[in-house]
Amino acid sequence: MDDNTPDIEITELRKLTQVIKDKYDYEFKDYAMSSFKRRIKRVLDLYKFKNVDKLINVLENNPDYFEEFVSEITVNVTEMFRDPTFWKVLKEQIIPNILLNHNKITVWHAGCSSGEEVVTMCAVLDELGALDKAKIIATDIDTAIINKAKNATYSMKNMEVNNKNYARYQGTRSLEYYFKETNGEAVVHKSLLENVSYRKHDLVQGAIFSKFDLILCRNVMIYFNQTLQNAVLNKLHESLFKYGYLAIGSKESLIWCEIANKFIVVNNEEKVYKKVKD
Amino acid sequence: MRYQVSNKYKAVVIGGSAGSFQGITQILANIPKDFPLPMFLCLHRLKHVRNGFVEALSIKSNKIVAEPFDKESVKKGGVYLAPANYHLCLELGNTLSLSTEELVNNSRPAIDLTFESASYVYRDKLIGILLSGANKDGAYGMMKIKEKGGMTIIQDPQESMINAMPNAALAATKIDHILTVNEIVNFLLELDKACRG
Repeated sequence: MDDNTPDIEITELRKLTQVIKDKYDYEFKDYAMSSFKRRIKRVLDLYKFKNVDKLINVLENNPDYFEEFVSEITVNVTEMFRDPTFWKVLKEQIIPNILLNHNKITVWHAGCSSGEEVVTMCAVLDELGALDKAKIIATDIDTAIINKAKNATYSMKNMEVNNKNYARYQGTRSLEYYFKETNGEAVVHKSLLENVSYRKHDLVQGAIFSKFDLILCRNVMIYFNQTLQNAVLNKLHESLFKYGYLAIGSKESLIWCEIANKFIVVNNEEKVYKKVKD
Repeated sequence: MRYQVSNKYKAVVIGGSAGSFQGITQILANIPKDFPLPMFLCLHRLKHVRNGFVEALSIKSNKIVAEPFDKESVKKGGVYLAPANYHLCLELGNTLSLSTEELVNNSRPAIDLTFESASYVYRDKLIGILLSGANKDGAYGMMKIKEKGGMTIIQDPQESMINAMPNAALAATKIDHILTVNEIVNFLLELDKACRG
């Protein structure tokens, strides 16, 4: 790690989040402190800003910079078939259960990042012969990353880990079935993503916009403090049909959350919950 | 007493990588079940193997070793292991947080992140212990612990199966004690007594 910049104080972060709120109406004050501080430090290092005041100054005077700033502080680490056993549970249990009672399935990827999980979902649905029954919405706060998700083009280097995940998931095909290699990149077949619409949406301040059978919000809320986690979980709960499913990261838990009593645990190991109360 | 132990310390962080498994097992096997300080373990591990590691560490341990969930509260005497493919950090307000941020020093979990965030929360009341390992992860974290007035301990490079990691810490900051694993165990036993004192 570099250590060219001094420690960032909480008071500086408060000042920064207030400026962002006032000028851009984005709310970062309830982001988890240690990761948010690191993201800001990363931005200072990246743009060679000597301190938080400099960053504040740039944000105040260059509105064009803001989108880039949001991209840089957002964590975009994801994989296809991340946690293979989770996807196995979705394929063998959750999705068939939803389709038992409906002829269609609506899915929301809340915090879709570069779209690897969306590709994964479509591949799973395709393997179940249910892709044409699906309507999928993928959202993220970061415009640049949504465009990346839409392009669905990934470096072949990243495909190594994706392939390993796919093997652990015990897929019925090979992952190569879903993309074409072009100039060292894996271009996902457009037909696979036909039923996906991508849009910008801020989980923190954005309104509820639809109802879903299944919401995936994995490793997104870990960047929020508990207050914000509770607020976002309320929105996710409201965005689910009764008896709809919520999937969170394998090391996230609803145990401490106010809304826990409105869900039951469907799979504790893979952290899949079912909404049982409105 | 050989070491400047006192009851001022509130937490212990331990980092390790290649060649540290035996040392960490020995430490866990010898500290008493009711050792009062929380311990945060950040050990380099296979990124895509979620199960098995905590079980392997638990076999000889007197304490329950747990991979925490995000925002879990730190309990007195709890032993927390960074889960596979997540960084483990301390937050103000006595909670743990997890993160999937980029690899740091080619590692996730990265010792630097656990150590630095712990130093921010526990300040001079933190003890950092760095064991055997093949890269420089942990050196920056040890520097942060020292900056905040905490205590720094490395496994004796002569004893370490791979000494790059303890040596990197030695080059980066002042190290209070260079100890063999046996001596680290003795240190923790004295600390145990002091904290109960």
